[in-house]
Amino acid sequence: MSWSADEMMTIAAARALRDGARCFVGIGRPSTAANLARRTHAPDLVLIYESGTIGAKPGTLPLSIGDGVLAETADTVVSVPEIFNYWLQPGRIDVGFLGAAQIDRYGNINTTVIGDDYRSPRVRLPGAGGAPEIAASCREVIVIVKQSPRAFVERVDFVTSVGYGSGPGDRARLGLTGRGPALVITDLGILEPDPETAELTLTQVHPGVDPAQASAATGWPLAIAGTLGTTPAPTAAELAALRELNRQAGPEEAR
Amino acid sequence: MGEIAALRDAIADLAFDGATVALEGFTHLIPVAAGQEIIRQGRRDLTLVRMTPDIVYDQMIGAGCARKLVFSWAGNPGVGSLHRFRDAVQNGWPVPLEIEEHSHAGMANRYVAGAAGLPFAVLRGYVGTDLVAQTPNIKPITCPFTGEVLTAVPALNPDVGIVHAQRADRAGNVQMWGITGVHKEVVLASKRSLVTVEEVVDHLDPRPGAMILPHWAITYVAEVPGGAHPSYAMGYSERDNDYYQAWDAISRDRDAFNAWLAGTVMPEVRA
Repeated sequence: MSWSADEMMTIAAARALRDGARCFVGIGRPSTAANLARRTHAPDLVLIYESGTIGAKPGTLPLSIGDGVLAETADTVVSVPEIFNYWLQPGRIDVGFLGAAQIDRYGNINTTVIGDDYRSPRVRLPGAGGAPEIAASCREVIVIVKQSPRAFVERVDFVTSVGYGSGPGDRARLGLTGRGPALVITDLGILEPDPETAELTLTQVHPGVDPAQASAATGWPLAIAGTLGTTPAPTAAELAALRELNRQAGPEEAR
Repeated sequence: MGEIAALRDAIADLAFDGATVALEGFTHLIPVAAGQEIIRQGRRDLTLVRMTPDIVYDQMIGAGCARKLVFSWAGNPGVGSLHRFRDAVQNGWPVPLEIEEHSHAGMANRYVAGAAGLPFAVLRGYVGTDLVAQTPNIKPITCPFTGEVLTAVPALNPDVGIVHAQRADRAGNVQMWGITGVHKEVVLASKRSLVTVEEVVDHLDPRPGAMILPHWAITYVAEVPGGAHPSYAMGYSERDNDYYQAWDAISRDRDAFNAWLAGTVMPEVRA
């Protein structure tokens, strides 16, 4: 059986979600991974979208964070101030799922601007959305991002969401209650913060990936764990469930 | 209060050049028709406020209505960038656009403070981010009880707040359900307000989970069926995902955008 790097990435992200966890989900790949998890090993995963839908159980992949199917299938729909103030801020949510335009060696995320000058950016990105507080307050964060030297940079041009700041101890000094990025899942493998240095370290490669590929796709000298794991290949059931989700959602360019 | 009015008349009375105007709707119930009426009436130098500037703000920015944008996420949801917004920020076209940037939590709390008649809101947020250095409206504040340092953001009290909803009765009481985002907060925080609705009915049947805004908390109600398109009104319409997709090509190019504006928005006459 064959699969794409993209499918491996989504499946690896789905596997990282434990059944019963309360998960703050962004649209796109995080939403695909979370819905895949709910259809495979984690039927009781609680999906929370920043539109205020808690416990959404969409039958098909939503195309926006505020699709009607999320409201119709949710345990409850609350206002946007409530979702951030009552549910996210006090630490009631286990896992926050984030994407990134840039991520650095300490897991800080940029989704704001590319370039050195905020007032005159090379590329203006959408901005923060819910991410800064998701990164601060979820018990842990999973980042899903394709690995490339453009995305994996020594220092992000703009810190939109804090990972480990400039190293160990920064989160505690800043008063951030959540643990920070626990996993960075890419199309090549999985990175985890080193317990001592907080630096993102390659701990796992996907099947068929050479760690040198991951190093080449990283804009800093990538640390590689002494015992490097290999991600188990996607199962037939995982691939079938993912492809069914994508088929129902229509062609990717329409999403 | 809660006066039923034609969209054109309500906008003409509410929106003035230089006003601070907030159109809200979190994916759902976005008052797109009202935004396009502001374009048709040629308003200029607006400070536009919105958590998630998407297609309707891209249109208003591209049409030259805005001097400043206060926001937390600017994009075409599920599609990509807002090209008119990017052109304004990166190239000052058609006019330079000043930005004031927040997070969703910050913006939501700014509306809450505005609705509550408080000068600012307190949250755990922004700490360690570069937003703090770029946005003067984000300040640390020390809790007088515990000494903990938190973040303060000032209240938002727009001159005009506009949302879309499912329906109203003839007295101007508004009923809405589904994802209601910051609808209540923006209407209550704004000095004057407009709610566009799918229909005006004789009686509002109670619905589980529905929210009512009483007529005396709203300035105008205008009946605008389909007024949220391409967003949607639960129970009335579906989100038009193809339109969001199509907007990418229209908005990418200045000439294509101007042609779209001249052909689609400007000629429309509403009763």
